[in-house]
Amino acid sequence: MSDLSYVRKEMLAEQSPPATEIGIIGWLRENLFSNWFNGILTVLSLVFIYAVFSAILPWLLHSSWTANSLNECRQQVDAAYGLAAEGGCWAVIRERYLQLIFGFYPSDLYWRPLLAFGVALVALAPVLFTGLPRQMLWFSPFAPFLVPWLLWGGAVWLPLMVIVGFVLAYVVTRVLSAVMPGLLAVPVAALAAVLWWLYAVAPINDGLTVLIANQRIDAVATDMREQADRLPGEIAALDSRIADLRDQVATSEAEKDALFAELEEDHGSEAARQAVLQAIADLRGPRDALAALEKERLGLNEDLSHARSLLAGIEELPALRERRDALLAEQRMARGEEAEEIANQLATLDTQIAGVVDELGRVGLVPVESRKFGGFMLSITIGLVAITVSLPIGVMLALGRQSNLFILRAICVGFIEFIRGVPLITLLFVASVLLNYFLPPGTSFDIILRVIIMVTLFASAYMAEVVRGGLAALPKGQYEAADALGLDYWKAQRLIIMPQALKISIPGIVSTFIGIFKDTTLVSIIGLLDPLGLSNAIRANTAWNGIVWELYGFIALMFFVFCFSMSRYSMWLERKLQTGHR
Amino acid sequence: MKKSVILGALTVAGLAAGAASAATLDDVKARGQLNCGINTGLVGFAAPDANGEWSGFDVAYCRALAAAVLGDPSAIEFVSLTGKTRFTALASGEIDVLSRNTTWTLTRDVDLKFTFLGVNYYDGQGFMVPKDLGVTSAKELDGATVCIQTGTTTELNLADFFRVNNMSYEPVPIETNAEAQQQFLAGACDVYTTDASGLAATRATFETPGDYAILPEIISKEPLGPLARHGDDEWADIGRWVLNALIAAEEYGVTSANIDEMAAEPTDNPEINRLLGTEGNMGEMLGLSADWAVNAIKAGGNYGELFEKYIGENTPVGLARGLNAQYTDGGLMYSPPVR
Repeated sequence: MSDLSYVRKEMLAEQSPPATEIGIIGWLRENLFSNWFNGILTVLSLVFIYAVFSAILPWLLHSSWTANSLNECRQQVDAAYGLAAEGGCWAVIRERYLQLIFGFYPSDLYWRPLLAFGVALVALAPVLFTGLPRQMLWFSPFAPFLVPWLLWGGAVWLPLMVIVGFVLAYVVTRVLSAVMPGLLAVPVAALAAVLWWLYAVAPINDGLTVLIANQRIDAVATDMREQADRLPGEIAALDSRIADLRDQVATSEAEKDALFAELEEDHGSEAARQAVLQAIADLRGPRDALAALEKERLGLNEDLSHARSLLAGIEELPALRERRDALLAEQRMARGEEAEEIANQLATLDTQIAGVVDELGRVGLVPVESRKFGGFMLSITIGLVAITVSLPIGVMLALGRQSNLFILRAICVGFIEFIRGVPLITLLFVASVLLNYFLPPGTSFDIILRVIIMVTLFASAYMAEVVRGGLAALPKGQYEAADALGLDYWKAQRLIIMPQALKISIPGIVSTFIGIFKDTTLVSIIGLLDPLGLSNAIRANTAWNGIVWELYGFIALMFFVFCFSMSRYSMWLERKLQTGHR
Repeated sequence: MKKSVILGALTVAGLAAGAASAATLDDVKARGQLNCGINTGLVGFAAPDANGEWSGFDVAYCRALAAAVLGDPSAIEFVSLTGKTRFTALASGEIDVLSRNTTWTLTRDVDLKFTFLGVNYYDGQGFMVPKDLGVTSAKELDGATVCIQTGTTTELNLADFFRVNNMSYEPVPIETNAEAQQQFLAGACDVYTTDASGLAATRATFETPGDYAILPEIISKEPLGPLARHGDDEWADIGRWVLNALIAAEEYGVTSANIDEMAAEPTDNPEINRLLGTEGNMGEMLGLSADWAVNAIKAGGNYGELFEKYIGENTPVGLARGLNAQYTDGGLMYSPPVR
């Protein structure tokens, strides 16, 4: 063995990989040019991407942010980037973004929807993120009462009285289940709650309102009289300032147009371009001032109109009440058509009196009519309610569809198949058009409430099928194991079946959520001003007529932000709940 | 509000057919505001500004009516309606009056059971073409591709026109005016057809309006006006005479500028005096205050002022008075006498 001439004692030093395998080149080779076919595809893709961006980027970058009409946008872009330049007119977003977000909601009350959605988020957070303190869950049940109150306004005791209905139902159940079978106690409790809402809430509310109204009437009358005296003067002063400023702006605008005409004549000399840009920039200050003044005047006008009508109402109130008493007395004697006529008059009179008294006796938030809802606020309101309510209903429907109880199963199958078989637009038309024919004239069954109900039903049917998919994917052994443990139906569902079924269904559930949120734009077809409907209304303004891409782009971006966050959340949730060993 | 939501939702059955036929005027007065149906957005006729205030030629009529009835041009709830929802909203009582560029036709008047209160704008369907197409008359449009909004009377008018003139065309169906603008500018169609007022407004937004021409032929009659439900003639009378008052005010030279002066004391013209309530009791007959017409005219101006302000030649819409001039100027605007 000693004739071995060479024994290697140490390892060769590691060599760095060839230059073509590492760094940028390596990455490129591996990912983009791994063979000739992929190489061609890469080059083609690059050409395509370049073509797209070279078309869009100049348009995005050569944009106008400060003009106040499409025409001026074009002037500004031409002056800044040359006469042939084309650019986006983002100034429309600058002027209207608040409208696109809040619709026609009164601007001094914007805090209310913001707070409402904040409340909704805080209430949902402990449900969505298990890492948060569990105590937060105590707040969640109150959100459904708080959010509508914030959005629509009304007396402070209304949400409380609605809550009392639930408490009542609970108490009745507890008391009755001691003396009769639980199956009977629940419907009785539900009936008690409904009776409370139907027949107790309104009289108590009216009573409280009248009580406070009577206390306040003199103070309010003095206050309104003072406003009605003071405001016309202020408005007149504002009017003259507005007129002056408007003249000033009009003169400057004419000067700017003249400058632009010069610019077009001499084909874009640097000096002329700067002059136009300067003129447009100089216009901004006076215009903003004018807009602020006009807004102020609008507010004062509303105050004045409110003060005057309330004052007239207060002054009329004793006479109206007298007349009402007289009519009531008459009604006792009247028969047939005459009685009907008197009933009609009474109804009209009651509305009139209630209008004044409600205004006088309100302790709480100023009511905002549903018609004022619009833009993303409307989409989010509809979407949020539909999403949060459709999941539990969907789960119930899915379970009902698998139930052994024949009638229950038939109802669930019928509901799901009927709703899924009908386009959402049809349901929306039913909500906006058909229901009107069935409801008595003058009933204010809120249009947004109608739409929310329809969208929720629609979402529930889809949700039920998604959850059913999850249920079907569970091996039979899981059901049998639950039975073997001696769990009853609800415990088995809650502890074994649903956690697994819902986890499997997460992608489907979130897809349905996203779909529903985007479907809220369909309400523009029945005349509600969601973002898409508003984009049409904004275009109807002579200043912005002809703007398409900028508005749609902004709306698309906003929707993308919402939908993308939902999708990210669902992926996070799936990872977190990943218990399999795949 | 909340109360009405809850009650409305839950007492549907109980209330059924309750206050079925109370007079609209009483309802409006009790409510303290007028529910007026308007377009969701049409250039010059109805559009919201940045503060959410609606304005426009159709909206101005609502304001005049509210001013006449309630004395306050801002006591209105505007209900924006699409072409599909407008008639049910009126029939069901959701709105008191519809002022949404609606063409007065026999079927709408008789079959749908509405009362047209008059005509506030005489429109008609026209054609717009690019100038380099070299067409000067609609009769030369044989074989053209035409952008047209589906489901409107314009579609039927177009078919009639081409059939009568023995020509063929290829329709490019579109849904909204915005879409039509894009399609037309992109060259997807040779011709864009809609109401002439809409064509003018659309052309005004083009970067180079001069490259496009509106052909002289008007192929249909589109008398647009406000309407109310059948069955309440008193309310229809009020609506009709508010419109007439605006038209008459222009004829007699009563403007928002001089109305205070004219209404202060009787003038030499008895017609004006009766209109402005300084003579006779026209307001009382209508169930309104004596200064109903004064309020209506003050709300925005007389018919001519409204026209100039929202759709006239100095606005971007740039419409000439044409048929909508006073009869004294060769137009069709003719208010019956106030006496």
